[in-house]
Amino acid sequence: MATVFQKPSTLTDAKLHYCPGCTHGIIHRLVAEAIESLGIDGITVGVAPVGCSVMAYDYFTCDMVQAPHGRAPAVATGLKRARPENIVFTYQGDGDLAAIGTAETVHSATRGENITIIFVNNAIYGMTGGQMAPTTLPGQVTQTTPYGRDTSIAGFPVRVCEMLSTLDGVEYAERVSVDTVPNINNAARAIKKAFQNQIDKKGFSIVEVVSTCPTNWGLTPVEALGWLRENMLPYYPLGVYKDRSAGKETK
Amino acid sequence: MAERILMKGNEALAEAAIRAGCRHFFGYPITPQTEISAYMAKKMPKVGGLYLQAESEVAAINMVLGAASAGVRTMTSSSSPGISLKTEGISYIAGSDLPCVIIDIQRGGPGLGGIQPSQADYWQATKATGHGDFQLLVFAPSTVQEMANTVFDAFELAEKYRMPAMIFADGMLGQMMEPVTFPEREPEISEKPWAADGHKGQRTHNIINSLYLQPQDLERLVRERFERYDVIKKTEVRYDEFMTEDADILLVAYGATARIVKSAVVEARSKGIKAGLLRPITLWPFPSEAIAAAAANTKAILCVEMSMGQMVDDVRLAVGGKQVDFFGRTGGIIPTPAEVLAQIEELARR
Repeated sequence: MATVFQKPSTLTDAKLHYCPGCTHGIIHRLVAEAIESLGIDGITVGVAPVGCSVMAYDYFTCDMVQAPHGRAPAVATGLKRARPENIVFTYQGDGDLAAIGTAETVHSATRGENITIIFVNNAIYGMTGGQMAPTTLPGQVTQTTPYGRDTSIAGFPVRVCEMLSTLDGVEYAERVSVDTVPNINNAARAIKKAFQNQIDKKGFSIVEVVSTCPTNWGLTPVEALGWLRENMLPYYPLGVYKDRSAGKETK
Repeated sequence: MAERILMKGNEALAEAAIRAGCRHFFGYPITPQTEISAYMAKKMPKVGGLYLQAESEVAAINMVLGAASAGVRTMTSSSSPGISLKTEGISYIAGSDLPCVIIDIQRGGPGLGGIQPSQADYWQATKATGHGDFQLLVFAPSTVQEMANTVFDAFELAEKYRMPAMIFADGMLGQMMEPVTFPEREPEISEKPWAADGHKGQRTHNIINSLYLQPQDLERLVRERFERYDVIKKTEVRYDEFMTEDADILLVAYGATARIVKSAVVEARSKGIKAGLLRPITLWPFPSEAIAAAAANTKAILCVEMSMGQMVDDVRLAVGGKQVDFFGRTGGIIPTPAEVLAQIEELARR
């Protein structure tokens, strides 16, 4: 019998711990597919964050390091500078990358570290049970914004790709989503490109994946995808924000 | 014969680290340790190494975490307020069983404190360099020469026991110039089969991690680590004794303070007071047994520090109920030999 579909060889057999309908599973698969198709599993080192994807180290077959909250880009910097021949990526959520780790994110980007960052933006702290994230939308209800995010108190969301695309050190910043099959296919292309850039020594590449958290949004998986399209995509428009080698500086 | 060079303590530390095979240094400016970064920035590119200035002490220690994970010999340095920032990373490094060297050139505290020499971070270095059950190897050199020698030991023992090591000095040792002869010693760099450096299809993936959600797993790992600590306590204790054999008054001091105390001991002896000095070189593991032995027949014990009294806790534990007196200056004030001598004379009269 012909095999028509299987998981990438670059994912372990460990069962994912993510909630039903969570898009981490899709994004893990896209990262694993990129590593597999580029043939770099043996030289890749991944950095797991703190948050829902902390146990990413159990899911990828490449070597893995688990970083303190927000520090993944600094850990990746150490890994890459120590062994430039390795391919180093981080996998981080919004709280990790855009709140506690903002300094590490911005400075690894402005140094032009030749690393790849997969940034999962679901507008909430998932692991701790649904608190306001730096990317939580104005008016969005979370455990710590029970009356909706009031920008006069809690300020405004951070648009990471827009912010990073202003930095000279950044090679590539693209925002994608995994809410539809075409968007998943586009995300797969972007993630592979972000790894290829590192192989080609082009420098800092980040792919922001607009994602869902059905559990903490209090929605079914299908409703969550609808909420993402209606609310997140207008605030976080998809597209290439910077592609230095292609001559695209800012959107 | 090896060359004798006049150098600042901070520069000697940096040069020794390069000679010990460190090629990845991650720094952040803070007085009074900045010469280490400056020296590394100048020398590393000439030996094929890396000096990288991080955006913060927090980032620097996490770069060390990454480089150590990759299996290379790596180091960072800072001073008291900066070490406070590094404690998160140090805890993760300890919890991930990674070797590295951290330099602390102490200054006065708390808060921004001051920039003059201090020993007020003894508790931080030996008891609480971050959250969780763990220890660092803590070396307290007292001369520029010893600063240089200790770097080799710190790297080798950190790798042997897979744990972070700290060289714990102060602004006086960092800034003072003394002649130094670098040890003619080839660095012994061990194999690191556990490193996250790419499996090359030759092994299953290595995971560098400090997260264990099952309490049984975490307890087992912490206990295993503490079994290593027990070995270290038996085999790696270092100290120096000066005129303790017949001493009536035992002084205990470390680092730069020990040199001041040594002068006071010599002065006391010239006045017919039998004083002696025990100088811990490792603050963890602490030379408790040596102190107990040296204090067995003394009439008084005096601990001298540039703090309000921190190591004195460990001295009291070591001597089991005997009275231990304390003399300290803090805030960046260096005790004088005359002040220490006055304390010794008072104890002699008691």
